[in-house]
Amino acid sequence: MEVFYEWARLLYETTGINLPFIYDSYDRARMLDGFFMTIKLSVTCLFFSVIIGVIGAFLQNSPLKWTRRIVNVYIQLFRNTPPLVQLYFFYFAIGTLLPKVTNEYGGQEPLLGGFAWAVISLSCYAGAYNVEIFRSGIEAVPDSTIEAAEALGFSRFNIFKDITLPLAIRVSLPALNNNLVNLVKTTTLAYAIAVPEMLYEANQIWSDNVNVTEMMVFMLLVYFVLVGILVWGMNKWEKALKIPGFGA
Amino acid sequence: MRQTKQRVLPVMLSPVKRICEERFQLRAWHGLALATIALLASIPVLAQTDPTRASIFDVLVRWMPLLLEGFVFNIIISISAMGIGTIAGAALGLGQISLNKWVRKPAWLITQFFRNAPWLVLLFFAMFLLPFEIHIGSLTIPLPDWLKAMVGLSLPVMANVSEIVRGAVVSLPSGQWEAAESLAFSRTQTLWQIILPQCIKRMLPPWMNLYSILTMATVLASVVGVSEVMTLTGQALAAEGGRSDLLLPFYSFVLLLFFVYCYPIARWTVHMEKKFAVIN
Amino acid sequence: MSWSDDQPMVSIKDLHKSFGDLEVLQGVSLDVMKGEVICIIGPSGSGKSTLIRCINALNDIQQGSIMVEGQEVNDPHLNKLELRKKVGMVFQQYNLFPHKTALQNIMMAPLSVLKSDPVEVEELARRLIKKVRLEGKEESYPGELSGGQQQRVAIARSLAMNPDVMLFDEVTAALDPETVNEVLSTIKDLAHDGMTCLLVTHEMGFAREVADHIYFTDRGVIVEHGPPAIFFDNAKDPRTVEFLGQILS
Repeated sequence: MEVFYEWARLLYETTGINLPFIYDSYDRARMLDGFFMTIKLSVTCLFFSVIIGVIGAFLQNSPLKWTRRIVNVYIQLFRNTPPLVQLYFFYFAIGTLLPKVTNEYGGQEPLLGGFAWAVISLSCYAGAYNVEIFRSGIEAVPDSTIEAAEALGFSRFNIFKDITLPLAIRVSLPALNNNLVNLVKTTTLAYAIAVPEMLYEANQIWSDNVNVTEMMVFMLLVYFVLVGILVWGMNKWEKALKIPGFGA
Repeated sequence: MRQTKQRVLPVMLSPVKRICEERFQLRAWHGLALATIALLASIPVLAQTDPTRASIFDVLVRWMPLLLEGFVFNIIISISAMGIGTIAGAALGLGQISLNKWVRKPAWLITQFFRNAPWLVLLFFAMFLLPFEIHIGSLTIPLPDWLKAMVGLSLPVMANVSEIVRGAVVSLPSGQWEAAESLAFSRTQTLWQIILPQCIKRMLPPWMNLYSILTMATVLASVVGVSEVMTLTGQALAAEGGRSDLLLPFYSFVLLLFFVYCYPIARWTVHMEKKFAVIN
Repeated sequence: MSWSDDQPMVSIKDLHKSFGDLEVLQGVSLDVMKGEVICIIGPSGSGKSTLIRCINALNDIQQGSIMVEGQEVNDPHLNKLELRKKVGMVFQQYNLFPHKTALQNIMMAPLSVLKSDPVEVEELARRLIKKVRLEGKEESYPGELSGGQQQRVAIARSLAMNPDVMLFDEVTAALDPETVNEVLSTIKDLAHDGMTCLLVTHEMGFAREVADHIYFTDRGVIVEHGPPAIFFDNAKDPRTVEFLGQILS
């Protein structure tokens, strides 16, 4: 590994292409931290947004009129407003309304930090799309299959859990894949509330080293590769779940 | 004779009521209602503050013209970026279906590259790497921030339009190509007279959806310092002395602005999808 | 290369065509003289549609020769556009252009490809609509027409290019039984007018009545062929007999 670092330093000295996140240990650490933060953000938001999506899709089929209405209001609000403004709304507007806690140094700090609010905001945003995606997946399950289940005495919850959901997931997978990719890209918004993810760390590095071009190109490449790997992985999963004769 | 207790078999239960297809349609006035509720919710906070301070409504109304101006600027940025992006994207999309692999593969690569990049990163990319002025001969043209932001935002639009075009062309049945070929149409003739006219209808809903996403993405320009509605909101809040009770109403107002603009577009897109699905 | 009427209009010699590893046509030869009506029948997967599609270069071939009016189709320098002006094709799925009216569908190719005079082309198109018995439907869109009507527009559309040979790829397979006859009688009229036709079909009654020659394909080779009288009543090969038994029962 040391050889690789030295090569990067040599590159800087000979060609002027400055990649401090390779040869400098501090910058390297910063970049890696940022990378893992992005991954952490993406995974956490994915987890919660899928849960929100499933619950929302289930509630959308509720016989209660007001349950359905509330879910629809949630979806329309989060899909038709900018995620950045949602983030600011959560972090600044709601964040300052919450009580403050005393941290270990005796100072006051907000109850939920940047990371927490980013997770809440982005999960709600992605969740709104997921509800729609799961809804179309659920609608793709033929009515006749559901009726057969009802005739066998399944409860509404059991039908959803054992029959609708497994089939709906397979139909929704391509759209979910797309949404996941968008989620990873949307984590960069957390930059705006100083969450130390990749873009934020890259910003720190180029402020110190004045090598914006290299950092920008590197960022574009990293996201290109990251998203590429995700898409490849999801394709593999789609193929593994394929039921012959069902779906496209 | 003793009555035996009747056991109700599942088949005799009344069927679970199928949810009627009619879904709750959100109207614009609902948004107004929600915003009003949000503003009213700030009143309890207000009730505890100093009565000599201006009420939240007054402050909001005072700043509204400026914020609306900023929002109009967002819309201008979105329309321009959409225009540039659509033209470039259409060309790229046609490149992706070219038979010449030296055109097709680079077009695919460019599309994927700009599709996979986060919009904010592309914005930074444009802001930092485009020069602040360009020299053509003896002419010096300054490139203001908002122009660079427009270029930055048109890059992901270009990539997405490219995919929309390619997707629409590929979705047409191959029989159309074969019939045209059998009638001795050249590839260019087939593309322009038969394939593309049929694709326009299919491309419209995702294209409108993209515009909606783009409009919402224009707030990203505030992160890179362009003066638009979000920046102005921040400045207004600062000018009011950083009052914490103003945060909720002001941000709600910005959310409301975008909702009122983007929600009708979303509804119209859904309406168009249904209409075109019927014809096909 | 000059070609005269006494030579076959379409001459296929030892045609081999594979899709990847699957060899669909394993050495097919047949000749079609001008004005003849040829029917190709056989079980699915026997290569009949592939054979027809090779003639107008929709599929490329691995080995063998196809000569259309003296022009070799298996030629890397083949001018496909010139070939397709001579060979017309009608598909099972009609493939009309949904965004144009029936009349426009018929007029499009002569206008754009042949660059003919618009007034003449419109006259020709209206004549053809009359010929396929669809007067009154000129301004209808394909979506407003029945399957049989759409297929007849498709036939008229191919005829507008004034081809020398017409290829029909199972054109009645997607139609309701009631509408099959209207399309078949249109083709019968064409045949009586002297058009050289190659049909892939399951309509045995039509084949018996109209065809000059019938070819039976199975698994990529021509098993047996002959004029209808001999073919249907005195088939020799056991595969032919079995197939005819299944189809005609």
